[in-house]
Amino acid sequence: MTAEATAGSVAGEMTPRQRKVIKTLDVVGLIVTIATVVGGILWAFPLYWAIVTTLKPEFEVVQPGVQLWPEHVTLDAYIHVLTASNIGRWYLNSLFTSGVITVVVVMMSALAGYAISQLKFPGRRLLWWIILASFMIPVPALIVNHFVLMSQFKLINTYLGVILPQLVYSPVTVIIYKQFFDSVPKEFREAAKIDGANELQLFFRLYLPMNWGITTALAIITFIGAWNQFLWPFLSVTEEPMMNIAVGISQVFDAFGVKYARDLATAILAGLPVAIVYLIFQRRVTQAIMLTAGIKG
Amino acid sequence: MASITENSAEPEIRLNKPRTDYSEWGYAALFVAPFVIIYAVLFIYPTIQMIWLSLQKAPLIGPGTWIGIDNYVRLFKDRLFSVALWNTVYFVLLSVIPSTILGLVIALGVNRLKGWLQSVILACFFLPYILPVTVVYRVWNWMFDSQFGILQYPIHFFFGANVPVFRTLPLFMPTVAFVTVWWLIGFNVLLFIAGLRNISPEIYESASLDGASRWQQFSRITWPLIWPVTVLVLTIQLILQFKIFDQVYLFGQGGRTDATMGLVQLIYRNAFQKNMGGYGAAVAVTLFAVIVIFSVLQYQLLRARGEK
Repeated sequence: MTAEATAGSVAGEMTPRQRKVIKTLDVVGLIVTIATVVGGILWAFPLYWAIVTTLKPEFEVVQPGVQLWPEHVTLDAYIHVLTASNIGRWYLNSLFTSGVITVVVVMMSALAGYAISQLKFPGRRLLWWIILASFMIPVPALIVNHFVLMSQFKLINTYLGVILPQLVYSPVTVIIYKQFFDSVPKEFREAAKIDGANELQLFFRLYLPMNWGITTALAIITFIGAWNQFLWPFLSVTEEPMMNIAVGISQVFDAFGVKYARDLATAILAGLPVAIVYLIFQRRVTQAIMLTAGIKG
Repeated sequence: MASITENSAEPEIRLNKPRTDYSEWGYAALFVAPFVIIYAVLFIYPTIQMIWLSLQKAPLIGPGTWIGIDNYVRLFKDRLFSVALWNTVYFVLLSVIPSTILGLVIALGVNRLKGWLQSVILACFFLPYILPVTVVYRVWNWMFDSQFGILQYPIHFFFGANVPVFRTLPLFMPTVAFVTVWWLIGFNVLLFIAGLRNISPEIYESASLDGASRWQQFSRITWPLIWPVTVLVLTIQLILQFKIFDQVYLFGQGGRTDATMGLVQLIYRNAFQKNMGGYGAAVAVTLFAVIVIFSVLQYQLLRARGEK
């Protein structure tokens, strides 16, 4: 701090040119930059370490000392996990349930958002206030009655039982759609109406296409959220073949005994799809997170 | 969140459309139907049912008998409830405050970087956030493994012995909180970076022309202007961390779960493991009340400080 303070007060008395020199020789700034880069590397290190461990043979994993790269690179752990566990089935379960949740959530939110934004109907305000209020209810508090409801419908240990309660996990998507539909210029709407378009056409041909970016962003974040969901799938599924991957990998621990590389390989495989989705759609993921937090980006 | 409520106050009257358009009602019904049906059945109905169930002595599945507020009376006498409430508040303090401060610090650092370096470093901090909790659990269980974990080298150096951190009670919550901060910080960093980018560079330029030091620039410009984002981050994190279950459950497996129990875990224990649906629902309603009270209090408090 003292170094910064003196640098500042000295800079005040200098000519602009001298100040420019000081700026390029910004020592504190350089330290901050280096610290950030080192911090970022350290932050990612546990993930790197987990991946490296999965590439080692088991005997090498338990050798003392820090081996930052395996002596013998092997895919044995992955091959074993892929052939000897239910992981393939869990992948499909996760893919299917998360996919359905994403499509339903995005579609119903877009439709409702459009109605609230563009149509006049009785109960519109009430609906809007209910949506805003629903933010306050913590969804995990509903697990008890979701379970009761799903067992009344005989949906425990079924895909539908996993999917249905998760449809209400993100009321924020409606709010985001409403805001974006609000900002579509009214002139487009008037022009299309004069051409004889009805509301369905307006929605599918005008409002939805104009907001494809938002739809992509929200779909990606909904998918990642559903893929990562633990509590509800954990409660509603007790049969191993019906588990999703996030729950499934917490169950294989004992089945393998203590085999570090294999345990971690299952974890890496479980995280891989969302990691890839994130790396491909980085911009969209960032945008979606801003949006769900209430910052219009 | 502030922007959401502002938008809801849009004018209702459209002057160029005095007549009610009934065909619009039909379309509106069609458009809102999926949403309304799904939320009515899966959100509003379970919420009402939860309150109803909490007033009964009932198993998880099956009929119960009305007992009024007895479940709540029993709850406040339950030693495990006070343990769970304390653990939850303790965890919230251990995770929310560090992740907010550290989130801002990292955002300030990352915001200085340029080009591809910025993207790479931001990805380093953000990548854990998009991973499932079970992956995070596996990775850190390995890092801290009492026999072969890489972190046992520094632990051995400082304490002279290997420490099974997830089996050592005083270390359990802080370590789980630490892992949680590692996992979720990317979210806070993103929000803070967005906030920092909204501050116009001209303000800094004129401040440095006036000879403001780096610390003055931070305390007089950055901090006041980033305050609304800080309030947002704190509120979101608070609501999120009160619902803590996954990590504590996973890391605590096989250990003394009573001592590390949080509120959601208490719901799980009573409703699912002990088959006391009514009592579990009472815990759930209480959790709901706690979250509402804390978030409203915090929001008012922080906003008042910001306006000063």
